[in-house]
Amino acid sequence: MKARLLHLLEQVGPPLFAFALFGLSWHALVEIFAIPPYLLPGPPRVAAAVSMHATRLLDATLLTAMGALSGFVLSFAFGFCVALLFSQSRMIERGLYPYAIFLQTVPIVAIAPLIVLWIGYGLQGVVAVSFIISLFPIIANTTAGLTQVDPRLLDLFALNNASRWQVLFKLRVPNAVPHMLTGARISSGLSVIGAIVGEFFAGYGTDDFGLGYLIIQTSGQAKTDYLFACILFCTLLGLIIFSAVGLASNLLLRRWGGAN
Amino acid sequence: MVTARGVGKEFPGGIRALDTVDLSVERGQFVAIVGPSGCGKSTFLRLVAGLDSHTEGELLIDGATPSEAHRRRRDLAYVFQDATLLPWRSVRNNVALPLELRQQTDEARIDDVLETVGLADFADAQPAQLSGGMRMRVSIARALATNPGLLLLDEPFGALDEITRQHLNEELLRLWERDHWTGIFITHNVYEAAFLADRVLVMSARPGRIVADIPVPFAHPRDEGLRHQSAFVKLAREISQQLGQAHP
Repeated sequence: MKARLLHLLEQVGPPLFAFALFGLSWHALVEIFAIPPYLLPGPPRVAAAVSMHATRLLDATLLTAMGALSGFVLSFAFGFCVALLFSQSRMIERGLYPYAIFLQTVPIVAIAPLIVLWIGYGLQGVVAVSFIISLFPIIANTTAGLTQVDPRLLDLFALNNASRWQVLFKLRVPNAVPHMLTGARISSGLSVIGAIVGEFFAGYGTDDFGLGYLIIQTSGQAKTDYLFACILFCTLLGLIIFSAVGLASNLLLRRWGGAN
Repeated sequence: MVTARGVGKEFPGGIRALDTVDLSVERGQFVAIVGPSGCGKSTFLRLVAGLDSHTEGELLIDGATPSEAHRRRRDLAYVFQDATLLPWRSVRNNVALPLELRQQTDEARIDDVLETVGLADFADAQPAQLSGGMRMRVSIARALATNPGLLLLDEPFGALDEITRQHLNEELLRLWERDHWTGIFITHNVYEAAFLADRVLVMSARPGRIVADIPVPFAHPRDEGLRHQSAFVKLAREISQQLGQAHP
């Protein structure tokens, strides 16, 4: 128990210390140079903004989280199916993979307004943007895991007259699990970015908005301390989703490969 | 059971791996093929397994081409240079794989082969938790799970330390003395070949040909003591000499 506590402290201690150091320097900077709060509010002002708008921030974070998670889950499911298709036919993979790369290279900010125009305002537009931005890492990593199989294992399956389906579900898919989890970790972070960018354009109804919309609104009104509070919550949301997926993937990996 | 007449293999690009290989292995016989690295002995084993096809000559298993023979009878097992296990499966589920792919279940058989290779207590372990020698035992258990008539072993103990190798040599011999499957064992270790086999075939450097066919006269059951007998040492030296001539 004591050892575990110590271990936890070793894990959490350094980043907390860095955070405190960063906060103090920030505070000192603002105080020493007397920076006006509309340019750069100090930590106490941001903290005050957080406590003043706590409910609104939490509601917005929940809504953004919903958009991000929906986008992530959809991209995982769809990306997995696309990768399955790619693994079954070299021709399909050659034909479509360049367009999958398009998803990765196109600036999401540039196409987000189009997506919102086509899909519609509100949550569905947000989910769509989040889905598109988080799709490529899933496709790329899962395809790699499905196709990069030890050739001797393929021989082993061939020697036992395994069917195409047996090779797919007993060899390729389990082989792809670690790759899929790597893809999921990358995508989980991206899905939050996608949801926020989506909210820039898709917005919501008047009382119902996510962090992205709140950022646009507060920056437009020069409420810099509130804006900082929004950014803080964005960061926290990304951190929570990323850690949750990381934790889940570590657990799965331990069951997948035993001791290591 | 296995007959090769003038079997040759040329890979696309013109690399000749095998030149006119002639040999015949009778049912229940345990044959070792020794040769320098890269001489094409593994290639030959892949041809017998039907994993590759030869480009010249005739290769028959019980009168049928390899791929035909395996499709019809599924009577063959192959042990690779590395254990080649599925890392996400437990020992037991790795051993059960060949049966599973045939849509069969036979828990008693799996218990039996795990017992045979001394891994009954490790049935639920994951491959990553095992030593190299134990992983190779799992691989052998997996090969035996379907009770094969023809067992092809491609330098199975090449990556193991000498002590482990000798242990596994003896265990493999016990299994053969019990079940008398037909075995083709690839190695570059002449002592291993002489200890295990009824016949040692020496293959030349690439492109591979069989240049010597040396009978091993020692009676079964053989044990560790054999390694120290002068007749054994003499035979091993003879194989080494043949190998030396085949590989100038």
